[in-house]
Amino acid sequence: MDITQDIREVLGSNEAFAGKADRLSEDDSLFDMGLDSFGSVQLMLALEERFDVEFPDSLLNRKSFATIRAIREAVSTLICRDAA
Amino acid sequence: MTTLAARADRAAAVAACHADAVDREGRFPAEAVAALKAERLLGLQIPGQFGGEGAGLSQIAEVCSTLGQACSAAAMVFAMHHIKVSSLVTHGLDSAWHCRLMERIAREQLLVASSTTEAGIGGDLRNSLCAVETSGEVFALGKDASVISYGAQADLILATARRHPEAATSDQVLVALMADQISLVRTGDWDTLGMRGTCSDGFRLEARDVPVEQILPKPFAEIAAQSMLASSHLLWSSVWYGIASYAVDRARAFVQAEARRRPGQVPPTALRLAEVSNAHQAMRGTIVAALRRFEDAHGDADTIGSLGFCVMLNNLKVTVSDMAVDIVRRALSIVGLAGYKNDTPFSLGRPLRDVLSAPLMIGNDRILANTAKLLLVQKSSGQLMSA
Repeated sequence: MDITQDIREVLGSNEAFAGKADRLSEDDSLFDMGLDSFGSVQLMLALEERFDVEFPDSLLNRKSFATIRAIREAVSTLICRDAA
Repeated sequence: MTTLAARADRAAAVAACHADAVDREGRFPAEAVAALKAERLLGLQIPGQFGGEGAGLSQIAEVCSTLGQACSAAAMVFAMHHIKVSSLVTHGLDSAWHCRLMERIAREQLLVASSTTEAGIGGDLRNSLCAVETSGEVFALGKDASVISYGAQADLILATARRHPEAATSDQVLVALMADQISLVRTGDWDTLGMRGTCSDGFRLEARDVPVEQILPKPFAEIAAQSMLASSHLLWSSVWYGIASYAVDRARAFVQAEARRRPGQVPPTALRLAEVSNAHQAMRGTIVAALRRFEDAHGDADTIGSLGFCVMLNNLKVTVSDMAVDIVRRALSIVGLAGYKNDTPFSLGRPLRDVLSAPLMIGNDRILANTAKLLLVQKSSGQLMSA
């Protein structure tokens, strides 16, 4: 499973990133690109659905969703936890 | 006496003397703000190394409540000033220019105002239309600011704007604009039911040739999440608590006067007073618990920026603003006509009109709608004694 590509696809379905998800670098700030609080909630929901995980409250902060790299790290942790 | 409580009491006494005139004439509470400056209360929150006192939000909240019992407008001006200062203190330490600004605020007791509301955007803090236009080492900014509370009286304004003319509406920065760097043309008058002294007029704001170092280095999104949301809701709530406390005190004095007139009987209004005292205590508990949670976070960005913390602050604002209105209204019903009239020791017209602003300043429906979105992902309600 290519997590990063999946994350880009989920981002692409978010209003703020339609058509530009593939051009984002790993460390571009998603908030600077126009992700707002509602957008980040929608993004969390879409990621939970795509990866069949639930973000615990401890991960529900701006840092976890600030960049593609941060999202991948958060998702990877949850997938590993579920697999264990 | 030089304790913080004594300084706040002295400033509140001045504010109380002029509160009716400020309300009647819809004018800035100049005497109260002069008293706040004389008591050095505008620099309270500035860190000690910059000449301030490094006070925490709980101490500022106590002063807000004291002032709220005297003059709602003066209390709200003080609260709004410290909401802006909290952003400087939390996010300005990495910037030499903003550190010097903090020194000036403490030394010269500068009054800081805020410009977030904009024509075409309304009160949606996290979006701007206007943009910073940089050329070389300076920038220009023009903003149709439909509300700037005490904009004409402030020594400086912290304004939101898009980072550059091509930036998304939510890609904002916060810029510090000194009064002598801007022109303000009044475009709207603040003629309102209550809170008349905040002078929240509309302005066309123009700034030119402002050094780029006056732009706070942190994105406004972070500033909003980590300092503004918390300080706004906590300090506004404390002002409303002060207004509600004043009304409860009037009601209590009224009931006690009745009791003295009829020894041996408990006046029927005493039962209503017991009810309002109950609500007042619940209001206080809600605010104090939120202040404790904020202080316990010790400025940790992850805690304060977390979804659960945001839900808690939203709930604080909605609950406390509604309770404040309810408490003042109930106090009025205890006091009766003596409260309805404007010239008695029990008059409650001004506090009632003032407190009606509480559910409207950032409308409670807007806040509930925001909470509703956050609840789509929040997982648990936490524990009783910790988050």
